[in-house]
Amino acid sequence: MNQHPHGWGRPRDDVYGAYDSSYLNSTQPVTHTQRPIVTGTSVLGVKFQDGVIIAADNIASYGSLARYDNVERLLQVGTHTVVGAGGDMSDMQYLHLLLDNLLIKEQYPADDHHLHAPQVHSYISRVLYQRRNKFDPLWNSILTAGADPNTSEPFLSYVDLRGTTFSAPALATGFGAHLAVPILRRHVPDEAAVKDLTREDAEKLVDECMKVLWYRDARSGVTYSWSVITKEGVETGSKKIENQSWKFAEMIKGYGAQNI
Amino acid sequence: MASSYLLPHAQHAPHAHPTASSQPRQHHWSPYTENGGVILGIAGKDYVIIAGDTRSSEGYNINTRTARKIFQLGSGIILGVVGMSADGEELARKVARKIDDYKRNHDKHITVSAAAVMLSRTLYQKRFFPYYCQPLLGGLDENGVGAIYTYDYVGSFEREQSRAFGSAAALITPFLDNQINLKNQFVPGSNGEEPRTPGDMPRDLVEKIVKDAFSSAVERQIEVGDGLQMVTVTRAPPRAEEEEATVEDDDEWTGSTISETLSPLKQD
Repeated sequence: MNQHPHGWGRPRDDVYGAYDSSYLNSTQPVTHTQRPIVTGTSVLGVKFQDGVIIAADNIASYGSLARYDNVERLLQVGTHTVVGAGGDMSDMQYLHLLLDNLLIKEQYPADDHHLHAPQVHSYISRVLYQRRNKFDPLWNSILTAGADPNTSEPFLSYVDLRGTTFSAPALATGFGAHLAVPILRRHVPDEAAVKDLTREDAEKLVDECMKVLWYRDARSGVTYSWSVITKEGVETGSKKIENQSWKFAEMIKGYGAQNI
Repeated sequence: MASSYLLPHAQHAPHAHPTASSQPRQHHWSPYTENGGVILGIAGKDYVIIAGDTRSSEGYNINTRTARKIFQLGSGIILGVVGMSADGEELARKVARKIDDYKRNHDKHITVSAAAVMLSRTLYQKRFFPYYCQPLLGGLDENGVGAIYTYDYVGSFEREQSRAFGSAAALITPFLDNQINLKNQFVPGSNGEEPRTPGDMPRDLVEKIVKDAFSSAVERQIEVGDGLQMVTVTRAPPRAEEEEATVEDDDEWTGSTISETLSPLKQD
């Protein structure tokens, strides 16, 4: 043992040879995600009288390139929850892995205890907040939608890459927060209004908002996935935006080559 | 731990932006955000009021109109937080957990003064990655007198009579100085010679002052509005002898009663 004060307690170099530090960390600093790469755009969610609707399109962009056009951004978690993610798609897929593992673990005890939307939202928000505390964020904004299997009480919450969480009768991530939320809030300004919104009206409302986003958000797609969650469980489907009218585009001037 | 993160209001150093086009363009990610809103705490002779608006915003977006900023921590203690809501909620959860631990370990309720020190330590533990929120801690002290403890981001604290924190603090503070601490007010008829002495204010009057403070702030601060959450701690009515003997979970009795009201504020 080295008895010199500066190296006390360590193996002596003249006996054991110089310490081989080559297998330790390289001199490169640890680097973390500084920006998203392949991204998904908005997710929409609206509560209605006996459940929630959530929708997200199927595009994953690489910058301004529509890189993938068949991406599923809604994930059913358990029996009465759907999680929709915008932002980095690899981080979303990692989160799907975490949620799959969480659900498998929950199955083992077979104690008839199930995770529902509030628990799933809570779990995701803790993961995202922990990762921001490590300066290594998961670059997503996420909506968790669900309904209570007994009371059919709708649940809708948002969480983002900083762990910021909030709930409202209507929520949207990304561009949807600017373009869709004002339309949605006209119909469901508060929780009381949720009681008066039927499923049919809510579906029409989401269709309308997805169309507005398709018109105005250059990172959006023409097909989208939707889920309706009620106390009966989850119904999922896919839709293409119908009855498009680009008449308004004639009014737009000054953004490119024009002869007029 | 990265050392170059910036608080939302901090100025970017000029060299932080790559000027030469050869340098790669880098998004500077900040772990912090600002969710707006304002809170206000007033301590009286036998009560404490902490109030906050229920709007949560980010930039020009209103995230929700129904976010609560005042939390009941147990043992008759309440906490209001403004700033970054994720940090604020985490702080409230953490302190509520510690207050519960204290109760289980010592079989008695923590005092407000002890909770105040504990909150200070909790904030200082994150001295080099602070919680981006300003907390107001409220409760009744050992004598049943209302106490408000006010903090900065890293745990400096003091006990005060009244305080406003958040995006409309600059609007509400002078109003409180005048209406609660009676600054620049004189006894009628004294010809501006004898200043009015601040002190015991009836709770219903203070509640009116709180509502006025908020409805005025709503008019001039875009981040404030939607709803008013008002949480009040008052002394619990004293219990009869026989009742004291029969109550089984006597430990739950804190000596204070907490009540919460929600009322509308303008939404524009």
